[in-house]
Amino acid sequence: MKFGVIVFPGSNCDHDAFYAISANLGQPAELIWHDSSTLGAVDAVILPGGFAYGDYLRCGAIAKFSPVMKAVRRFASDGGLVLGVCNGFQILVEAGMLPGALIRNRGLKFICREVCLTVETADSPFTSAAWKGQTLRMPIAHGEGCYFADQRTLDELEAEDRIAFRYHGNPNGSLRDIAGILSRERNVMGMMPHPERASEPLMGSSDGLTVFQSMLRAAVRA
Amino acid sequence: MSPAITPELVAQHQLSPDEYRKIVDILGREPSYTELGIFSVMWSEHCSYKSSRLHLKKLPTRGKLVVQGPGENAGIIDIGSGYVIAFKIESHNHPSFIEPFQGAATGVGGILRDIFTMGARPIAVLDSLRFGRLDDPETGARNRRILSGVVAGIAHYGNCFGVPTVGGECIFEPCYDGNPLVNVFALGVCRKEDVFYARAAGAGNPVIYVGARTGRDGIHGASMASAEFTEESKQKRPNVQVGDPFMEKLLLEACLEAMQTGAIVGIQDMGAAGLTCSTCEMGSRGGVGIEIELDRVPQRETGMTPYEIMLSESQERMLLVAEKGREDEVFRVFRKWGLEAVEIGVVTSDGQMRVKQHGTTVAEIPARELADEAPLYDRPHTEPLRGADHRFLWSAKSVPVQDALPSLLASPDLCSKRWIWEQYDYQVRTNTIAGPERTDAAILRIKETGASVAMSLDGNGRYCYLSPREGAQLAVAECCRNLATVGAQPVAATNCLNFGNPERPEIMAQLVEAIEGMAEACRFFDTPITGGNVSLYNETLGEGVYPTPVLGIVGLLKTAAPVTIPFRNPGRAVVLLGGIGRCDEVRFGGTTYAKEILKQLWGLPPELDLDREKRVQSAIREIVAAGLAESAHDLSDGGLAVALAECSFGSAEIGAAVDLDSDLRPEVLAFHEAPSRILISTAHPGEVAAIAEKHGIEAPVVGVTIEKGIEIRQRAMTLGSWEIATLRAAYEGALESYVR
Repeated sequence: MKFGVIVFPGSNCDHDAFYAISANLGQPAELIWHDSSTLGAVDAVILPGGFAYGDYLRCGAIAKFSPVMKAVRRFASDGGLVLGVCNGFQILVEAGMLPGALIRNRGLKFICREVCLTVETADSPFTSAAWKGQTLRMPIAHGEGCYFADQRTLDELEAEDRIAFRYHGNPNGSLRDIAGILSRERNVMGMMPHPERASEPLMGSSDGLTVFQSMLRAAVRA
Repeated sequence: MSPAITPELVAQHQLSPDEYRKIVDILGREPSYTELGIFSVMWSEHCSYKSSRLHLKKLPTRGKLVVQGPGENAGIIDIGSGYVIAFKIESHNHPSFIEPFQGAATGVGGILRDIFTMGARPIAVLDSLRFGRLDDPETGARNRRILSGVVAGIAHYGNCFGVPTVGGECIFEPCYDGNPLVNVFALGVCRKEDVFYARAAGAGNPVIYVGARTGRDGIHGASMASAEFTEESKQKRPNVQVGDPFMEKLLLEACLEAMQTGAIVGIQDMGAAGLTCSTCEMGSRGGVGIEIELDRVPQRETGMTPYEIMLSESQERMLLVAEKGREDEVFRVFRKWGLEAVEIGVVTSDGQMRVKQHGTTVAEIPARELADEAPLYDRPHTEPLRGADHRFLWSAKSVPVQDALPSLLASPDLCSKRWIWEQYDYQVRTNTIAGPERTDAAILRIKETGASVAMSLDGNGRYCYLSPREGAQLAVAECCRNLATVGAQPVAATNCLNFGNPERPEIMAQLVEAIEGMAEACRFFDTPITGGNVSLYNETLGEGVYPTPVLGIVGLLKTAAPVTIPFRNPGRAVVLLGGIGRCDEVRFGGTTYAKEILKQLWGLPPELDLDREKRVQSAIREIVAAGLAESAHDLSDGGLAVALAECSFGSAEIGAAVDLDSDLRPEVLAFHEAPSRILISTAHPGEVAAIAEKHGIEAPVVGVTIEKGIEIRQRAMTLGSWEIATLRAAYEGALESYVR
């Protein structure tokens, strides 16, 4: 299964995602430059963390106009798996591929910390290797990770079982402790925590691999 | 019209009449206004090291792993398997006082450029910070603002750039009230054959400017960093540059990619003294001249004079020399990253730095004389300024161990710095094996080689104030001990020398003694100094900071799960490698107990026996390598009791009960800071004892790890006993409560 990792100017977790996929998951990975209008022959796409286009204006606000995003959108509407991590989640939200917004952390400060997440649904191509209610340990590192949406959207996310992860001990003020959500078709996921930083014992946790293993499992089935 | 050169104008440029005469000698004529500006920045203390150079020569700079010593943008060490690391410290003290956020941010930006200019990708940053007291009724509010601004600035720049900030230190003293210290230690890695140098070569080769446009910001930053602060300093805010970490990230990627084309001959970042420094230094190192046309320099503002363009310290700019005929390969890479790259000049064979505007020469100076012939001063030095005598009184303020430990753990110097380091991304690049407060030294794995580097950053202004020579040696020893405690072999060092006004003989004496002490210790531990930074004139309104040499030392070790600070299991033997140590009343005067509880500073710093220190370090390395230590933590500020508490703050909530066989007064026993001691917990005390004996080191089993609590006894008499949760609350919550 081949993973494409999008590189925006200012992405800085691109190499980490690439490494987690190739060295820890043991699958081929390819870096895809932001001005590319096609994705090539990839089976899944990762929008990595970082500060795309400096996060100027608003996190992800400029990146959504990047040429590659057209291809990502097409890929997703054809049912392809798209995972946005941290800045990648912010971009997916700005691009309208996921609902809601990510705003300044409640404490107004950047937070880098290991957190615990509850897997809220195993019914998705990103969480199928976990079980509902399982606790996963992985780090967050963001200044704008407070998930925000109107009441109706939040209710809808819950009703449609589209909340993928919730925080234990909400670190950033996210509404309903939301750490990650799924698209209606369940093939696009955004999450603020970094699974690629928790993909081997040396980094203190391998729980993040669960996300990638789920994607692998989904691709094998497809 | 340029102003006429008058003695007043020369003085305003901080050039002495003698220095001015030397300029006239070099040029064979009076300098133009632009040339005067160029000389003033290149010959500033900050760029020329004119007061310190003579003494810096005493430092050891060679070693079998040293690929590049001082004189380049960063030092380089061979780490084997075809890879090298580049590392250096830089200070940004003055800008951080005037404009804390941008001052600190551009400090990070500057040192990162120094690293990737050498072809190395930055993989870690540590910061050594000094501020005034946060609770001072008069200056506390300002000090809190400076702390918050500096930390936010470091976070802003490093997080966006994508380099993890993995550790450091932060100390508070009244002497840093008007003069905080912000020292940034950065390290990068690259293949040995990919190292680049800041040398121009090949007459006719194009000189290319890349990165941000030049504006009027930061003009005379280098000179500002070379003068004391006065009331007027506040007006110098426009001298502080504004950083753009996104631009720097693009510059990093583009430079590393452009270097791979093979079309680049030499490259240097534009840091202090901007375009001036990069052109004349690259020319001087390569023994060639450089001619540039200012009309081609990308400019952010209109109507900039040659003086302003040459002295601007706008950030995120690089100057490079490419091979003639291969410019397009370089331009193509920079275009890909959306960066401006412009040919602004050419390498010449006449050794002159020639600057033109609209085709007319506005400055023409021999590059070598400008870069390397700066005045050199043997400034008079007498006895170091020492405020404290050796008298000592146990005052009524003395507090028993039971009550002193929670106070000390909640003191600004010793409390957890989590409030600071959680604002830093300490994990990006997924190399951080041990980040802040997990181990005594940060550990970064090198993915390419399977080895790891450990980094430690230490200084102790109080010790150095009491004895610059011993203080500097203690800093080297502590740094090396931190590395040894995680199992690393120290291999090389970089230093940042933060001192007051060198024109005062008693301050100059502090500098000389500290350098000599550092030289002796670095020689002893075989850690050559491969570069660094000198920051003088750290004075405000005539009050100098403590002499604060800061050492950054790197060590090498095998990549493996680290031995961390916290106790992990109950029922393990607690061994004090190096023993209880000696401490008389004179040597107690620099401790944190004396500072925080007795509110005094006196005497001398703790006594260091270099030879014994080295044997302790060899022993702990062997113990760690053999897998015998479950936890390890060296004793430093706050002594044994504080170290015991820190070892108990792990997620397992394991404490210890110790009983110490000693005649020392209880407060001294619990809190003295004698070096060469490491606290470990082990399931194999016999084997640990055997290794210690082999190295001729005491290693008494002082107690056993237990659940929930900490107890300290002296010959069966209880000095104190605490719940871990209580101590942890004091330790964890303190800094946030001070900052609020």
